[in-house]
Amino acid sequence: MLRQIEGSQAVAEAVAACRPEVVCAYPISPQTHIVEALSRLVSAKKLTPCEYLNVESEFAAMSACIGASAAGARVYTATASQGLLYMTEALFNASGLGLPIVMTVANRAIGAPINIWNDHSDSMSQRDSGWIQLYAETNQEAADLHVQAYALAEELSLPVMVCMDGFVLTHAFERVDLPARERVDAFLPPYEPRQVLDPGDPVSIGAMVGPEAFTEVRYLLHARHLQALDRIPAIARSFEDAFGRRSGGLVRGYRVQDADTVVLALGSVLGTVKDVVDELRGQGRRIGVAALTTFRPFPFAAVRELLGRARRIVVLERAFSVGVGGIVSADVRTALPEAAIATVVAGLGGRPVTKAALHRVLAAEPEPLTFLDLDRELVGRELARSAERRRSGPAAENMLRDLAGGN
Amino acid sequence: MPAQRTKFYQVGSFAVGNRLLPIEQRAVQAGMERRNSLTSGHRACRGCGEALGARYAIDAAISASGGRLVAVNATGCLEVFSTPYPETSWQVPWIHSLFGNAPAVASGVAAALRAKGITDVRVVGQGGDGGTVDIGFACLSGMFERDDDVLYICYDNQAYMNTGVQRSGATPPAARTSTTPVPGNAFGQGKNVPMIAMAHEIPYVATATVADLRDLEYKVRRAMELRGARYLHILVPCPLGWVTEACDTIRVARLATESGLFPVFEAERGEVTDVTKIRRRVPVDDYLRLQGRYRHLFGDPPQTEVIARIQASADRNIRRFGLVD
Repeated sequence: MLRQIEGSQAVAEAVAACRPEVVCAYPISPQTHIVEALSRLVSAKKLTPCEYLNVESEFAAMSACIGASAAGARVYTATASQGLLYMTEALFNASGLGLPIVMTVANRAIGAPINIWNDHSDSMSQRDSGWIQLYAETNQEAADLHVQAYALAEELSLPVMVCMDGFVLTHAFERVDLPARERVDAFLPPYEPRQVLDPGDPVSIGAMVGPEAFTEVRYLLHARHLQALDRIPAIARSFEDAFGRRSGGLVRGYRVQDADTVVLALGSVLGTVKDVVDELRGQGRRIGVAALTTFRPFPFAAVRELLGRARRIVVLERAFSVGVGGIVSADVRTALPEAAIATVVAGLGGRPVTKAALHRVLAAEPEPLTFLDLDRELVGRELARSAERRRSGPAAENMLRDLAGGN
Repeated sequence: MPAQRTKFYQVGSFAVGNRLLPIEQRAVQAGMERRNSLTSGHRACRGCGEALGARYAIDAAISASGGRLVAVNATGCLEVFSTPYPETSWQVPWIHSLFGNAPAVASGVAAALRAKGITDVRVVGQGGDGGTVDIGFACLSGMFERDDDVLYICYDNQAYMNTGVQRSGATPPAARTSTTPVPGNAFGQGKNVPMIAMAHEIPYVATATVADLRDLEYKVRRAMELRGARYLHILVPCPLGWVTEACDTIRVARLATESGLFPVFEAERGEVTDVTKIRRRVPVDDYLRLQGRYRHLFGDPPQTEVIARIQASADRNIRRFGLVD
């Protein structure tokens, strides 16, 4: 069903089509429209049976998901930014217990300074939480990924995070072909938990495990992630068969066949990157794009296969590891140890990633680590000031003073 | 779940398991068909009040629900001593997730059952005072405020015993812990969670101790007759943390109530409906002297002023709840 629809609404409709039985919600921008839409569906009895739990924090939201999932219900929640960090303890627990929870992360920066705009710092910070992480390029893909996420999560008994760019996708109206419930019913079998809290067949879930078995348990989580590397493309293929369009998968190439330079990126910025690559192709540059959908587990073999012929790889990242640099770049470097890899950190805290800036950075050989559109003069002044004076004040205050013309 | 033949336990009254009483008045523990929630052979310390309280509480809940019960546990002694993998002492479906989220996990279980149209399976959440009063407090309050259909039981041993007796929000004034060395925990700290629970106007709030196990069983049964959020706060002395003899667990719990320091009462929708009167009022001295965590109050000279302040707090409880006729 084609509709001109807001991204959040489209995701809510797609999630509803998957028939979650428990939705736990705590508000945080820019995720709110998703859970608002779901609350309307539940209250209008357009989604039954479904219990909608208004909880007191993101930590409680994920905890309630853990309880509901262990009791045999298909569950859903959504969060962003600080909320995702507030869930961290429960996130590791959900994956450790092998509970197939599906959650939307409406990607947003992490403070301080507080910032509600989009980047990937939140989900990337949960890189090692044991959750599968899928990144949507468009709202169509965001909607489709949720259907695939439930299939994947429940097949492997692993939690899945569907990451979509906050505001840029969640609040954007696009034409989306919404997956109809009947077709989702045919695609997605009912949830059959591996272990369920059933008085007829009691089990203890979440026992304490000592050194003699802990490594094995963690290895099994890793092994299931490795299985996901096979299952993700397979589920994307069967989704294509059922719904007639390609969404998801591990990593997709765009004009990479003869490319000597490939830009690897994730999320909504891919549209801009593809435009720039088209323009550079018009100028005779042999350049292509690798669109990474699956970040965890990292598809090393697929990335190697797609990028192995490229002379130069530019990884465009919307988050970074402080004191180190690129997060995705580190994995790409592991996949292709011999390749020349440059990291471009772009769009932090919602700064627009413009075609002009991308043209600039791709025109020359990029530095190993570039912060796109960084105001070097401003940071230079601040660094100089903090070298001279001990009490220079918070950087943001100094910058604001400078911008106002004072000193 | 098959019923198990289990051994009888002394319950502190005139007959073992109250076998001399008419059948309908007997304790759950007295029944030959009692379903054992927590099997023997777990790893609790000698004289553990929590192990005793939990077994009676969950056995009574099993009895009240016809065995249709799910237990959710916070991290703590109870979780650690009952489930070192690959062993488990639990005969009921049981889940442990984290320290601070047991009430929320229980809310999730209850929501899943509701969504699936399962009405006969009941949910019990449980944790120690640390998991309830401190780190899990927000989740507990949220569960109360939504009136989720969960009975939450706090086994209060008044400190973080699992991690080595550090002070919790339920540690009483002047008590020595590993993080409140002599002169002990400050006055004016700590939370009265039963009163806070009552402020949520939930269907049922009650306190109990392991000194009166019939009363404890009754309160679990009463709580299980109701739907919505219910809270039971059980005082469970800890020989290790309180520095008492293992054989004194019941005695010290009884002295806590008889001194007035731990009022035993029931409340429905925020109103106190019943209090357990003190049969033999004792000075707080009797209670404090038994415990090593208060030893510093009885040195030379004794800290009479501190003891008087504790006595004043007991007197206030007696007045507030009308514990003495």
